[in-house]
Amino acid sequence: MARFVMEFERPLADLEEKLAALANLDIASTPQLAAEIAELEREVERLRATLYSTLSPWEKVQVSRHPDRPKTVDYVAYLFDDVVELRGDRRFADDQAMYTALATLGGRRVVVIGHNKGHTTKENVARNFGSPHPEGFRKAERAMRLADRFGLPIVTFLDTAGASPGLEDEERGQAWAIADCLATLSAVRVPVVVVGIGEGGSGGALAIGFGDRLIMLEHAYYSVISPEMCALILHKDAARAPESAAALALTAEDLLRMGIADEVVPEPLGGAHREPETVAGEVGVRIATALDALSEEDSDGLLERRYERLRAIGEYNETD
Amino acid sequence: MPINDWFKQREGRRYTVSTGSGTESLPDGVWRTCPECKRTLYQGEVERSLSVCPHCDHHFELIARDRIDALVDPGSFAEIDAGLVSSDPLRFSAGKPYASSLERACQTTGMDDAALTGTATIDGHPVVVGALDFRFIGASMGSVVGERIARAFERARTEQRGVVMIVASGGARMQEGMLSLMQMAQTAAAAERLSRAGLPYVSMLVNPTYGGVTASFAVLADVIFAEPGAMIGFAGPRLVEQTIRRSLPKGFQTAASLQSHGMIDEVVPRGESRSRVATVLGYLMPADRAVPAGADDTPALLPEGGEA
Repeated sequence: MARFVMEFERPLADLEEKLAALANLDIASTPQLAAEIAELEREVERLRATLYSTLSPWEKVQVSRHPDRPKTVDYVAYLFDDVVELRGDRRFADDQAMYTALATLGGRRVVVIGHNKGHTTKENVARNFGSPHPEGFRKAERAMRLADRFGLPIVTFLDTAGASPGLEDEERGQAWAIADCLATLSAVRVPVVVVGIGEGGSGGALAIGFGDRLIMLEHAYYSVISPEMCALILHKDAARAPESAAALALTAEDLLRMGIADEVVPEPLGGAHREPETVAGEVGVRIATALDALSEEDSDGLLERRYERLRAIGEYNETD
Repeated sequence: MPINDWFKQREGRRYTVSTGSGTESLPDGVWRTCPECKRTLYQGEVERSLSVCPHCDHHFELIARDRIDALVDPGSFAEIDAGLVSSDPLRFSAGKPYASSLERACQTTGMDDAALTGTATIDGHPVVVGALDFRFIGASMGSVVGERIARAFERARTEQRGVVMIVASGGARMQEGMLSLMQMAQTAAAAERLSRAGLPYVSMLVNPTYGGVTASFAVLADVIFAEPGAMIGFAGPRLVEQTIRRSLPKGFQTAASLQSHGMIDEVVPRGESRSRVATVLGYLMPADRAVPAGADDTPALLPEGGEA
């Protein structure tokens, strides 16, 4: 199957194809070909470096949505042992767009909560493309309460375009389900470590998207509104999303600068999907380090600091 | 000019209603048309009925100050946390520059942002009250609105007051990006702290309430009321329609429909809101801060530290 190519990658992909075709030829019989291949390889390398070291915000959004990019369940598979998946919200259904589990990270028992995107179309249809219904958020909240009761730290993975905007989602109280997550997450007496691995779309991401640490992958984004929707509102033209992406300050670097994110995990050239195991390994180290640091605080101090952290976000001038 | 033309010209104008305070919103006409029943109404008549159409019960939009005045004991409101203004942290200039939107909103409303908060009493019950003004950039929540709402909950907790929020909003303010999104978590956390302190919170959702404001402090109240006909939801109706690719059922996202789906407690007409909120506060306020049941209409003497 052909590799998924993002628009801005096209020139690189063309070169890579040429290179692959050359590699199939018999090099031994034509020595000058070897030199040509080496030259082409260097060019591909150069192009890749230039392309990925200067990604625009909109290009980062595309990387964050790449179907091959490691998803929540991939991180769980790479990093966690003794996994017991928690299914269902005990009220209505088991929303496949939200993943919750008991899991162990290098000896640390935690509760994992993550948006559950798939790699294939079939997986994504079953999981509503990672956009939770109200029951998904209620399932997440159930996991938060469980973590709180039994003193298990919470690790969340953000990867959603946003909460599902369907008719039944509205009728079953989408806003209520998200708000309840926010209230509960603000008050759990256990450490909360959040990892932005892909898309961080609006309220649907925020419902499991704040806590005591926010770790962002280099090309993950986190935004108040999708660049397309923003462009639609501002210019009545979704095609102007690249402009909106820049205006919204949604990259990992922007979040670090604004004091919302604590650290950024660098990705290999080309994005996390080029070396998923390496990236997952680094993410595991960062989570473990954060958990170990947070576990030294008593729960009152933890709660107080989490509240202060939230209250410090926001910029305004005080006149008077 | 023929009388029909004169009416047509008048119809296009928007009037705001002031029930007394301030001169910034003096009505500039004596007639207005009800968008629901299309009848032409005498402005004075509309004002006397709290801006509710006497014929079809349509609830006109109200400015924040008038909403508060309609809910609290006369003369009891004292504004808090004034003087906060947005610093346009992203220098947002895609589309219309945010700075100029802010400037215009300030000029037309006389407010410094969309939220107005203060201390007050409602039938004698000490509360912190807040209202969002839809004229101010769609009452969207940015840093200033989030800060005022959070401070309102914090003050109520410190001073042992209940909280009453009158909410209308288009959602989070995209011109402040992630700083706006995080206000959802901030206001929800502040509401949760009030809740854990055993103090009551009542919200009154008015037309329209959507997006990140619905999905945060607005629906975390102990008792949720809504005005008749108010449209309330997370995703806007057009987005929902595009998602499901068919037309929406009649009454979708209206206050009445939310009540039947179990999302709000009661649809309360504007004229009854003060007494309904007061009744709820009577049940939920901590005993030492409550006005005793059966007390007459005149506000009872307050315990120490209450409103003068």
